[in-house]
Amino acid sequence: MIQIRGLTKIYNGVPVLNGIDLDIKKGERIAIIGPSGTGKSTLLRCLNFLETPEKGEYILDGKMIDVQKAKAAQIKEMRLRTAFIFQNYALFANKTARDNIAEGLITVRGVAKERALERADHILQDIGLADKADAYPASLSGGQQQRVGIGRAMASDAELMLVDEPTSALDPEWVDEVLQLLTRVAQAHQTMLIVTHEMAFAKEIADRVLFMEGGRIVEQGPPEKIFTNPEDPRTRSFLRKIL
Amino acid sequence: MRALDLDYMLGLLPVLLKYLPLTLGMASVSMVLALILASLFAIIRVVRFPVLDWVTRLFISFFRGTPLLVQLFLFYYGLPQLFPSLTLIDGISAAIIGLTLHFSAYMAESIRAAILGVDRSQWEASKSIGMSTGQMMRRIILPQAARVAAPTLINYFIDLIKSTSLAFTLGVTELMGAAQKEAAGSFLYFETFIVVAVLYWLVVESLAFVQSQIENRLSKAVSR
Repeated sequence: MIQIRGLTKIYNGVPVLNGIDLDIKKGERIAIIGPSGTGKSTLLRCLNFLETPEKGEYILDGKMIDVQKAKAAQIKEMRLRTAFIFQNYALFANKTARDNIAEGLITVRGVAKERALERADHILQDIGLADKADAYPASLSGGQQQRVGIGRAMASDAELMLVDEPTSALDPEWVDEVLQLLTRVAQAHQTMLIVTHEMAFAKEIADRVLFMEGGRIVEQGPPEKIFTNPEDPRTRSFLRKIL
Repeated sequence: MRALDLDYMLGLLPVLLKYLPLTLGMASVSMVLALILASLFAIIRVVRFPVLDWVTRLFISFFRGTPLLVQLFLFYYGLPQLFPSLTLIDGISAAIIGLTLHFSAYMAESIRAAILGVDRSQWEASKSIGMSTGQMMRRIILPQAARVAAPTLINYFIDLIKSTSLAFTLGVTELMGAAQKEAAGSFLYFETFIVVAVLYWLVVESLAFVQSQIENRLSKAVSR
């Protein structure tokens, strides 16, 4: 569905992504693990053009986008085809839960307001927050906010969901409800790229696990292989520390 | 000391009240125009549009750095000298233009600060769903910035209402101009201007009341 070639991102002279190559197939759920500061989140942010990479290409259905020369229309296309789920939820503070979900449909995707709100209500029902439709983000718990964030991504029908440490900012009591919802989304064969520190979750939902370190993909494979029999000593040492 | 002529003061009240709509009208029109202009300036400064940013800075610097009275004279008496077609400009229009530009310069800076105060995540979330910068500003950033900027902007509005009194120097008969004429006829300067002062004061106080109501409502919408 999307191929990434030689993606390079440099912050203040320090390369954070060091020539990433990655093919994401339709329906594939990929978990990215690795130590902090190794470019996992940056990779996701580059795909959504929240960061402009220094070098590299995206190939979308055979069409090539040179990341450095991407035109506004290409950037918008990438953003419409990807949906970002933020670590800190990043819900629109001036919009209710319902409007947060409907906003992109109305403003960017040209869906009639009435239909968009209907869809939002439907999704709120689905994620178990129908009674919070008119609540502003500040009055929701962290877990509820993140579920609305996931709902916003679901509403977009984007082909690729970029999920950036969805539970890292949550109090432990809210982690399960968010992981359960994400698991459900994943089981519907939504293509996903998930950065996570929740190894059990990664193991359960991922078709493929990438281990990243130093801005490179060090090792990748099916979860059974990566978690039980990793080849690279760096993967082994990382897993030993956290499991 | 002579006693105040209370009958004169009471009789003056309805006479001067007739000019209050003009004062409030000039203030309101200038405020709306200044708000639009200030938001534009603030966005230009925040987004750092290449040439416009520089022009805007110069504009703000000039209109904050020079007295309002000088600016009004420049528009009303000065510009028609350079552009004879502008002799048609009347005092009210000149005052509205001057007040608008002057206050837009001040308000642009507080709106800019309020925009920069909106959490970074709001910008990222807007961009990530594919919004254009304009959509993001209109639907997400400015509404949140407005909440922060509202108290300051209402203060500027209060200042603006009082500043309309300078329009009398351009020959406009608004509240202050009318009072000037009345006092010149009756020679009761103290009585006249204390009535004018109280009128301005009452207007500003009622606005301050509205201000507290607005702030209450704005904080309710976002807080727990």
